Amino acid sequence: MTTVSTDRAPSVDKPPRRSSAPDAAYSLSSRERWMRRAPLLPGLIFLIIVTQLPFVATLVISFMRWNALSPQNKGFAGIDNYRKVFSDSALRASIVFTIVLTVTVVLVSLLLGMLIALLLDRAFFGRGVVRTLMITPFLVVPVAAALLFKHGIYNPSFGLLNGTLTAIWNVFNGSAPQPDWLTEHPKLMIEAQLIWQWTPFMMLILLAGLQSRDKEVVQAAHVDGASPWQVFRYITFPHLRKYLELGGLLGSIYIVQNFDSVFTITSGGLGTANLPYTIYQTFFSAHDYGLASAQGVVVVVGSLIIATFALRVVSSLFEEGV
Amino acid sequence: MPGRTFRTVATMVAALTVAGSLSACGGLGWAGNSGPNTIRVLMVNNPQMIDLQKLAPEFTKETGVKVNFTTLPEDDLRDKASQEFSSQAHQYDLATLSNFEIPIYSKNKWLEPMDTYLAKDTAFNQGDILKPIAQSLSGSDGKIYGEPFYGESSFLMYRKDIFQDKGLTMPAHPTWQQVADLATKADGAKPGMKGICLRGQPGWGQVLAPLTTVVNTFGGTWFNKDWSAQVSAPPFKEATNFYIDLVRKHGEIGAAQSGFTECLTSLEQSKVAMWYDATSAAGSLEAKDSPVAGKIGYAPAPVVKTKTSGWLYAWSWAIEKGGKHLSNAWKFVSWASSQAYEKLVGDKLGWANVPAGKRASTYSNPDYLKVAAAFAKPTLEAIQSANPTSPGVQPRPTGGIQFVDIPEFTDFGTKVSQDISSAIAGKKSVDSALSNGQKLASAVGKTYAS
Amino acid sequence: MTAAVATRPTTHAEKEPRKSHANVYFGVIAWIIGIIFVVPVLFMILTSFHSEADASTNPPSVGAPLTLDGYREFFSGGIDPWPYLANSLTASVLSTIIVLALAIPAAYACSIRPVRKWTDVMFFFLSTKMLPPVAGLLPIYLIAQRINMLDNIFLLVILYTSMNLPIAVWMMRSFLAEIPPAILEAASIDGAGLLYQMRRIIVPISMPGIAATSLICFIFSWNELLFARVLTGVSAQTGPVFLTSFVTSQGLFLAKVCAAATIVSLPVLIAGFAAQDKLVQGLSLGAVK
Repeated sequence: MTTVSTDRAPSVDKPPRRSSAPDAAYSLSSRERWMRRAPLLPGLIFLIIVTQLPFVATLVISFMRWNALSPQNKGFAGIDNYRKVFSDSALRASIVFTIVLTVTVVLVSLLLGMLIALLLDRAFFGRGVVRTLMITPFLVVPVAAALLFKHGIYNPSFGLLNGTLTAIWNVFNGSAPQPDWLTEHPKLMIEAQLIWQWTPFMMLILLAGLQSRDKEVVQAAHVDGASPWQVFRYITFPHLRKYLELGGLLGSIYIVQNFDSVFTITSGGLGTANLPYTIYQTFFSAHDYGLASAQGVVVVVGSLIIATFALRVVSSLFEEGV
Repeated sequence: MPGRTFRTVATMVAALTVAGSLSACGGLGWAGNSGPNTIRVLMVNNPQMIDLQKLAPEFTKETGVKVNFTTLPEDDLRDKASQEFSSQAHQYDLATLSNFEIPIYSKNKWLEPMDTYLAKDTAFNQGDILKPIAQSLSGSDGKIYGEPFYGESSFLMYRKDIFQDKGLTMPAHPTWQQVADLATKADGAKPGMKGICLRGQPGWGQVLAPLTTVVNTFGGTWFNKDWSAQVSAPPFKEATNFYIDLVRKHGEIGAAQSGFTECLTSLEQSKVAMWYDATSAAGSLEAKDSPVAGKIGYAPAPVVKTKTSGWLYAWSWAIEKGGKHLSNAWKFVSWASSQAYEKLVGDKLGWANVPAGKRASTYSNPDYLKVAAAFAKPTLEAIQSANPTSPGVQPRPTGGIQFVDIPEFTDFGTKVSQDISSAIAGKKSVDSALSNGQKLASAVGKTYAS
Repeated sequence: MTAAVATRPTTHAEKEPRKSHANVYFGVIAWIIGIIFVVPVLFMILTSFHSEADASTNPPSVGAPLTLDGYREFFSGGIDPWPYLANSLTASVLSTIIVLALAIPAAYACSIRPVRKWTDVMFFFLSTKMLPPVAGLLPIYLIAQRINMLDNIFLLVILYTSMNLPIAVWMMRSFLAEIPPAILEAASIDGAGLLYQMRRIIVPISMPGIAATSLICFIFSWNELLFARVLTGVSAQTGPVFLTSFVTSQGLFLAKVCAAATIVSLPVLIAGFAAQDKLVQGLSLGAVK
């Protein structure tokens, strides 16, 4: 049954049960093997052409001296672009910020999402409505949300934050502090916007996890006199662990690649340029195609290393078929 | 149950396939009717352009040429336009570029020269275009590559009523030291009112525009004649320190995120007493619904070591080389930059909204002067006194007042502007911002020096 | 197998009557948190009905008179927004259909009649999601320019398909793995071919899963900004790109932007609210049923 196992992935789910003789699957005739591959191939080939081939081109261009704004000066650059990539402190800073952004947003959204999911797991009046309210942020188009936060909420002279401060202070006839949110805490503000969008996502996954918990075990624990904390610590949390890992993994995939928020809220200013934005800028503003490609290659290599580790997590995750 | 869902989905798929094939008929997408008589225009979404968009049906009525617009915020527009022209993608026939891009693009042979069209189209009257602007839109080969839609310089705007209350007077030709002094005195003239608004928002077209004019008049420059970078040289440093000190001590709240719009709002809402920025702001300040209309005085851009220091900027039409609709594109340029278009705007939307600052005739038009009396003369003088080839105390290797006219400037200028912005926010020291800027600028300078 | 999440609450509630007191407190806290999370959206909608002047006051003019100016400006402010929304719809729907057409057979080959090393294939699919799309953007741009595909909605369809295919394969695999083998065996004994199996058994049974997959693919395509921004111009511009064009460096725009943001988000909001449970299944790559 475990003949499928490879070094990386013991098995994704329970091994396939439905072919009448699973073990025979691997001693099939070559015609039968191709029959099995046929449904897979269109998707696989499509994906390889569209996502993998461009990287080959990126690799080639990364060795070229090519700035679209100086078309006369184009040629082979050797490893010049890579030398620039590794000596560029701005790129290093953007790597650090990408990591900080991803870790912060994922951890905080997971934590908040778990607390809210625990609340929503209880019965109270209007529970369905609250759940609907909670998922709303996730359903706002990301660039719309980023525009809203930048102009409608963080704006120091008429944004909702400072407006609310003024309204509160007006009650007491005081003069409200009017912090310039984006300037003073640019990174925090981007993180806050993303946390606002991603907490609902984590909450949804964790809530589904909570509700798949075996209620009898929980009840038995209560009967045996376990405290709510003990129930959480020894029953709920272990059960939720794989849901937390799942949420963390999926959240990371999307937040590492976040472009919309950084682009919209700060345009990479005040130290908030993350990797996608930095590459985008080299390509689209500086038009240094060679350098942008070299940055791309370095990032892809880095992603592959991280992805290898991440995939180990997933494989263990799906082993039990969450 | 599954049967029903299946049918619903099937119907949906069928409907959408029809929708899809319909769009396929369009070829490219839903907005894609690019017939022979349609031109595609890429432009910045400033109010003047939005007005143009609303008036474009008049153009179609006159000429039978349809116009498809894409409007983008300034920074996006620059990215998109440079991508479009550098790859000669021909997604557009023409675009709003400025006197920053046009000389560079013309050198790369990405633009269509307009001389032959101008020779035939005498009604356009090229002689009426203000000299410094016409000059800044020509290539190094002497040909004309762009026609201005509206032009601007920079000047100092201040609240006459506040100055009167506080017993302050604005000199006829203020120096920056005098302005700093006035800002100190005007600070707090009303509760919550600061002395002056200066841009602090990152972006080479944002904070660097006013700052570079200050650097010029303090005797500094980005590059010497021989392309050696001067960003960490004393005059540049002195000017930057002055600017940042002024904006930190007496500038607007949220300075590091303030650009043109934020300052405009601040001045309109009585949150600052002065503002140094584009002459084109005056139109909004004097508009009917503006709370400060009639209360604003205008003075020339403050100076230190030079006689004038105003910048020069013109959003202009440029036609992409080798397009399929060249003559229609010229028809559009000729219409949008004409005197007749100014009159059309004046009649339909009010003379305060006219895209001014490009033609001498505008400033002798009684209709325009009726609404623009307060700022017409200072604006015209500012534009005419701008000197894009030699704005500072030393000879320059390339053109540009508030910018260095090389393609690399957008990139290193933006990076430096981010550091300057951080310095305004108090997150970075001026010295480290400038020494970083020096590094970036000299790397670029070296490629030109050799 | 469908709406497990929604049906659970009742059983849970009746089990803990003695804790109803505590639940009131927790309910109040949950309501407060829910409202905090939704306030920005409410603010966006409210602002979209205000005039530009009322939209930029401090403190906010909550009770200011409502107006449709923002929407009027959006729908008839010079540029007609419908083509952009139609482009978004075309790109999202067509790419979703193609994704399903490619993903369901691929998922079949990884679950029902698996190929050798099907786990490796699955992980290859997932690993393409981990590579930053921005790194492939330049060659895609250059190639698209060469073959005259710039500003073409079908280029976006292709890219969105590749963006969503891995997720869809993972989701569909988990749904297909649920199909009782006995049904398929019975069918194959009856001599039903692959296509017949697909049409008559697999697709109908996994319809809820297909719906969840479609919803997610639709949302991600609808939301996409980077590719659309770089690769489209006049004809194929999508809603999110159009949205960014309302921000101007000269003049007030908040009400207009809020109106535009509301309109562009509306399809996703409606789809998401209507199919909350599908959303959970979809977002968890089908791992949460």
